[in-house]
Amino acid sequence: MSTAIDIDLHREGPGGLETEEMTLNMGPQHPSTHGVLRFVVKADGEVMRRAIPDIGYLHRSIEKIAEKVGYHGFMPYTDRVDYVSAMQCNQGWAMACEKLAGIEVPRRGEYCRVIACEFGRIASHLISVGATSMDIGAITPFTHAIREREYINDILEELCGARLTFNYMRIGGCAWDLPPGFARRAIAYLDRFEPLIDEYNELISFNKIYVERLANVAPVSRERAIAWNLVGPNLRGSGVPYDVRRDVPYSAYPDFEFDVPFGTGERGTLGDCYDRYMVRMREMKESCRILRQAIEGIPPGPVVAKVPRTFKPAAGAVYTRVEGSRGDMGWFVVSDGTAFPARVHIRTGSFAAMAAIEELSQGLMIADLVAVIASLDIVAPEVDR
Amino acid sequence: MQQLADRLIDHGFLSGLPRELGYVLVVAFFAFLMLSFIMTVAGVTSWLERRVWARIQSRVGPNRVGPQGALQWLADGVKNIMKEDIVPLAADAPLFKGAPYLAMMGFFGAFAVVPFTENMIVADINIGVLYVSAVTALVVVGILMAGWSSNNKWALLGGIRSAAQIISYEIPAALAILTIVLFTGTLSMQGIIREQGWAPWNWFLFDNPFTFVAFFLFFISALAEGNRTPFDLPEAESELVAGAFTEYSGLRSLLFFLVEWGNLYLIGAICTSLFLGGWQVPHFTENGFVLGLVQFLTFFLKAYFMVFVAMWIRATLPRVRVDQLMTLCWKYLVPVAFANMICAALYFAILPHGSIFVRLGMFAFGLGLLVHFLNRVLFHLRRAKPELHFSPIV
Repeated sequence: MSTAIDIDLHREGPGGLETEEMTLNMGPQHPSTHGVLRFVVKADGEVMRRAIPDIGYLHRSIEKIAEKVGYHGFMPYTDRVDYVSAMQCNQGWAMACEKLAGIEVPRRGEYCRVIACEFGRIASHLISVGATSMDIGAITPFTHAIREREYINDILEELCGARLTFNYMRIGGCAWDLPPGFARRAIAYLDRFEPLIDEYNELISFNKIYVERLANVAPVSRERAIAWNLVGPNLRGSGVPYDVRRDVPYSAYPDFEFDVPFGTGERGTLGDCYDRYMVRMREMKESCRILRQAIEGIPPGPVVAKVPRTFKPAAGAVYTRVEGSRGDMGWFVVSDGTAFPARVHIRTGSFAAMAAIEELSQGLMIADLVAVIASLDIVAPEVDR
Repeated sequence: MQQLADRLIDHGFLSGLPRELGYVLVVAFFAFLMLSFIMTVAGVTSWLERRVWARIQSRVGPNRVGPQGALQWLADGVKNIMKEDIVPLAADAPLFKGAPYLAMMGFFGAFAVVPFTENMIVADINIGVLYVSAVTALVVVGILMAGWSSNNKWALLGGIRSAAQIISYEIPAALAILTIVLFTGTLSMQGIIREQGWAPWNWFLFDNPFTFVAFFLFFISALAEGNRTPFDLPEAESELVAGAFTEYSGLRSLLFFLVEWGNLYLIGAICTSLFLGGWQVPHFTENGFVLGLVQFLTFFLKAYFMVFVAMWIRATLPRVRVDQLMTLCWKYLVPVAFANMICAALYFAILPHGSIFVRLGMFAFGLGLLVHFLNRVLFHLRRAKPELHFSPIV
């Protein structure tokens, strides 16, 4: 069991005093573990010696379910892989199936996917930065972030009728075209939202206490980030500008101009919590840029290709990757030629980030662990699936 | 207090009772009055705080019970009283049960010397301010006891944090108070207020640069002593669940929260007495009742303004880490407070009666700061100005 660890409970402290190590059980019910995570914290007073993640509290056998419900039927389940940003999971599964069967998605369908995914990314990053400030103790920014997320949910609800688990994409395209007037309303929203990012920065990101709490906490060097297999904003926070959207282009992303923000250690060490946080703030701006281009340049045509109802791809294995909100999300699908996939595996960003916590947490304060979890943006369902 | 009791007894009240019992009854009556007042203030503060936060966070806040939700605190109180009083099996029951009362006692005791008007004060003892610092330290015993007896590690961490924090911040707070005491020569609350005038430039806040600094030192330290954001580490809900109060439920947890909200008013009242002129108003009428009422309102509004500032700070700032908290206290506040006090003493040696020019200058400086601050707030309001009821759909 992962929680069984052997550390001497008694040891010599400073000045020859004997100190006793305390085992703290953080979670699975704890206000700042973002879902049901559990950490076994070995602490000496306020200073942690180790925080050992214990995962599996949200395991729902999603990968196994795929083998029983078939290709089309698995689409709603992908929403639950990462329910904070379900669109990218939809897209990952759809792309894997399309690659297996060699289906070409219509251009308009690809643009619809990009629009949906980028709105999803903004919504997810809003949760992340809001929750970070909440965990640091500032209660106001979270409500402002949630307010904006609600508007994005309104937009996505208009698009696909759901606010959290969208089930918007289909193998071969999207379920629905953009509703009439969508472009105008989406642009109106972006016009409102973009200045709010600056306001949000003024509200919390540059706050002295906030910077002190995040900067220089748990820095991850470039090499360590790559060795730990961190992806997405966590990797970019360590100064590695790797983004699947740009480096392994898929969907309609090659059509758009956007930058990949990465951490520079602006307020402290390279790859600290503040860098990871700021990367997310900047990515929201980039997502707005992509959205504007996609909404303006959307081509006419159908949104979904003709796909047979009984979907039976040829035998083989594919691996596709999408840039989820928590980074490079890999979908490995093995087909044996029947209507059900033989094996599905999902590689998620949170899982890798979770593994990094044990080493990152050494020597930090208990209050810092909360900041580390929040800045790595760990979403429990994505870890366990 | 004793004179009042004596007078009451001499006028034939409580006749037929032993004199000592008469004292006890009078004291009990005033204690009851004060308790009712403080409970009401703390309760209303709890509702107001939620409304203020809601306004800041573009939410609505509690608005169902009574007009604008103003009776929410009563409903919450009733709910909490009716809840089951759970004592964990592993807890040290007597300590666990007693802790909230000890915290309550420490905080309630301080109100004995908090003035309301020129003549309204429970006990104008000659060591007033010292008494406040001393007796509020009892709260820390209550919190530490709660943390220890809960037999919960999060609670223990919260209790220890609280002890370290409150005891550390007592020092800059006391030094800031001493700066004022240097000028007044008295520790009595009423005495300190009488040294000031109704005009803002006669307040100790603007008396000279050193009292101005002392005000901020005191307010920061008082926030830390009252476990308020950015120093709310003992109950840091995102780190320690609910800190020392994790295991409490029902009435006992309510008592802790009453202490927290009541403490806000206490902070405001002490700030008002020491720095903001207390109940001082122009002597505009001979009618003692009207004058008393105006004095009461003046004092209450000033104190409540400070409460509002504390709410505002809580809704705005994140929480510091425990080592940063200690750094702030021992590396910055304590040396600054010491230097400030020495400078104040030198100033007092040079100008024993102060100078009206310094006062007016400081007042102008304070006004300038206020204008600058409001300007910045307005700038942000005007620049951001998000439509609050924006709807992408309609």
